[in-house]
Amino acid sequence: MNVTVGIDLGSTTTKAIVLDEQGRIVGRGITNSRSNYDVAAQVAREEAFTNVRFSMLSRALEESKLLKGRQAEFENALSRGFALEGYLGQLDRLEVHCREDLSSGRYGDLTLALSSALSDILRRLRKDATALFAPGRNARSDFFRDIAGSGFISAASEISRAGGPPFDRIVGLFDKSIIPVENEPESRSFSQRLLAGFGRIAGSFGVDASRVRELLARVADTPLTPVRLVGTGYGRARLPFPKDQIRSEILCHGLGAHLMFPNTRTVLDIGGQDTKAIQVDPIGVVTSFQMNDRCAAGCGRYLGYIADEMNLGLHELGPLAMESKHRVKINSTCTVFAGAEFRDRLSAGEAREDILAGLHRAIILRAMALLARSGGVKNEFTFTGGVAKNQAAVNALRELVAENYGQVTLNIAPDSIFTGALGAATFAHRDIQAGAAASGEQQLVKASTAPNSGECHGDHCGC
Amino acid sequence: MKGATAEKDASMQKQKEMIAHHFSELARVKETRKKVVYTFVPGNLTELINHFGMLPVLPEINALQSGMRGKSAEYISIAEKAGHSEDVCTYVKTDIGMLRAGNIGPTGEPLPKPDLLLLSYTGCFTFLKWFELLREEYDCPVVMLHVPYQGDGEITQEMREYVSNQIRDVVIPEFERVSGVKYDPDRMKEQLQLSVRAEDDLVWVLNSARARPSPIDAWFGGVYYIGPMFTSFRGTQDAVDYYTMLREEVQDRLDQKLGPVTPDGPMREEKYRLVIEGPPNWTSFREFWRMFADEGAVIVASSYTKVGGLYDRGFRHNPDDPLGTMADYCMGCYTNLNFPQRTALLESYINDFSADGFLINSVKSCNSFSAGQLLILRELEKRTGRPGGFIESDLVDPRYFSAANIKNRLESYFQMIEARRKGATS
Repeated sequence: MNVTVGIDLGSTTTKAIVLDEQGRIVGRGITNSRSNYDVAAQVAREEAFTNVRFSMLSRALEESKLLKGRQAEFENALSRGFALEGYLGQLDRLEVHCREDLSSGRYGDLTLALSSALSDILRRLRKDATALFAPGRNARSDFFRDIAGSGFISAASEISRAGGPPFDRIVGLFDKSIIPVENEPESRSFSQRLLAGFGRIAGSFGVDASRVRELLARVADTPLTPVRLVGTGYGRARLPFPKDQIRSEILCHGLGAHLMFPNTRTVLDIGGQDTKAIQVDPIGVVTSFQMNDRCAAGCGRYLGYIADEMNLGLHELGPLAMESKHRVKINSTCTVFAGAEFRDRLSAGEAREDILAGLHRAIILRAMALLARSGGVKNEFTFTGGVAKNQAAVNALRELVAENYGQVTLNIAPDSIFTGALGAATFAHRDIQAGAAASGEQQLVKASTAPNSGECHGDHCGC
Repeated sequence: MKGATAEKDASMQKQKEMIAHHFSELARVKETRKKVVYTFVPGNLTELINHFGMLPVLPEINALQSGMRGKSAEYISIAEKAGHSEDVCTYVKTDIGMLRAGNIGPTGEPLPKPDLLLLSYTGCFTFLKWFELLREEYDCPVVMLHVPYQGDGEITQEMREYVSNQIRDVVIPEFERVSGVKYDPDRMKEQLQLSVRAEDDLVWVLNSARARPSPIDAWFGGVYYIGPMFTSFRGTQDAVDYYTMLREEVQDRLDQKLGPVTPDGPMREEKYRLVIEGPPNWTSFREFWRMFADEGAVIVASSYTKVGGLYDRGFRHNPDDPLGTMADYCMGCYTNLNFPQRTALLESYINDFSADGFLINSVKSCNSFSAGQLLILRELEKRTGRPGGFIESDLVDPRYFSAANIKNRLESYFQMIEARRKGATS
């Protein structure tokens, strides 16, 4: 299948969208941007291709009628088994890197104790892994560093308290190894992980395992050919693409928002370190925009700092802020001062939820200023970016927009985080429709799917 | 016919020699006993200063040159240590810092202290405070020429008389006192005749950007072209010669259909023609220019190159009415125009120079320029239907030049123009 791909390299997460030849979304992928944009782009695309193959698998299973009423349950279990296989593979690589670090000699007398602690921790993580991916369990994060890191820290703390090596030395092993682990591609192919995942669940569904296995292998081997990729986002300059395949995130968010909600005229995107206010015309072309300059105050990272300060997950901030009864007025949106501001308010006796409600309103107030500068809020108004998932921020925005511009329709797509990638993928699709040459992309695809050629066969491809 | 680059070098060389000579003259005032007058670019009375054999020094120009030479960060830091806040105009702080660091000029020679401060333009409120500070630093007299703002969008006869009377009754007597030279109307007439000749050629050069491709960049290149006119040389034979030379060079580029000369050589393809409002950034001047040149963007008209006079809209010094024409000149500078005038001027540039869009570079330091720019942006979008862009930087404080952010916005802006050209198919 020929596909076009859009990749949005954000400062916090990297997103990929895959479109089929008709321009329909067939796959989505997301990963954390790490310190290495190249790898992030590769991983996000791989995630999106995985997503595509699961969609293909779903169609193939339906046609085969092999699962007779249990297909949804099977797909869910297979997807969890696949994710578990990926997680275990990453744990193996984590162990390799930690052991390499331990053998460097720099831990001196502690080496043996740390090695033993590492074995203990990894044993626990592997033991707990199945439960982490069991039906009904929703992970706090999709990212390996968060899932494994949480378990690693908790086990390290116990081991240290029980007389093991110092906590920070044990956790130091993880910190030192996690980046190389994230920056390495999966050692096993899609097909290998899929079949291994299937092996974990095959017995539970009373199916003809050999026929299902054959079907899975066939889908996994179906070539996916990315005929054009367009990159956007903060790190787009890092992508190994020719210049005409790099588009500004302003244009991509404008177009993406238009595609999600065709009546969109104003777009607000609050990402990790950019806030963008964009006006678009009836066909999704940007007519005006403003973005934060020089300083990332009031952007998504601000909430990240606050979450760290409160020892909460980012997704927990909004619900807590929603419990507020007396919102605290907060003026500063300086990301660096956010922690100090929070502590000051706490020491003044303010409730956490009230401070949080004030912080959410503060960042939206800053976004309102940008919106005003870009030309105001016009109906319909679409809110995108990671912060759009935060209900407290959405409520503050809804309230302030109504106060300043009256009633307008506020659109927030459940997958709004993919808005920029959707715009980029659509630009890629339109380029192909407009006759963009196939010549450049072979080179491009080689660059971005090395070591393989243009096609991604899932089974043998390192992409 | 000479090649474009060689000819560009010839006028640049001429300008360099003029500047070097001027600074050498400034360095020698102890022996020549020439008097020194510090003044500002908008409303500069260069002919009058030269008339009395005095030498002008322009602190704004020193500040921007310090920015281009990578010295401004150090000078600003010195000024901030001396108590000037982060929000003070960075030209002022650079000037104060340079003074405290020994007042070494751009050619490496020390600048002399002023014998007089001529505050000949008052449309920028900061200018008043700036010379108040310099008066304290140098302990020297200030002569102030109050120039009324064109709040109603016109220069009335009363305003004209008000300014020319000040020149006659306050400025000239003070110049005579400081220099010991008597005012000579006939000699002043000769000087102004030279001014007109140079002004004609400058306007021709600026208007050459109406051609496709434009042979000049009217902002990045324009700041060099206005140099002699806006600083110490208007009304001199040197300035006439410089502009004759420049005009010939630009004519050559026009004949050859060559684009402007950029930091990396002649621009190959003109993809975007832009009008720009606001001053450039000086600390990353070349890097900033490249962000445009690499994308094939050329500035065809700019408001900044009119801060020292709106010659392209018809003003010329009138040799037959020296004092009246100086009054007109001072009141007609770009920053003395009201918002409707500024908006109308930019609108006419967008239309007359067939621009694809317009950009505003809003600088943190300059309220004279920056206040109201977003209103101008909206109004121009409405009137012309062409896309406006907005970037932010500073004059000479490198802390406020965020290259990644500016590049991001510029790329988005250029792609926006492209997308609007193609409609939804981009």
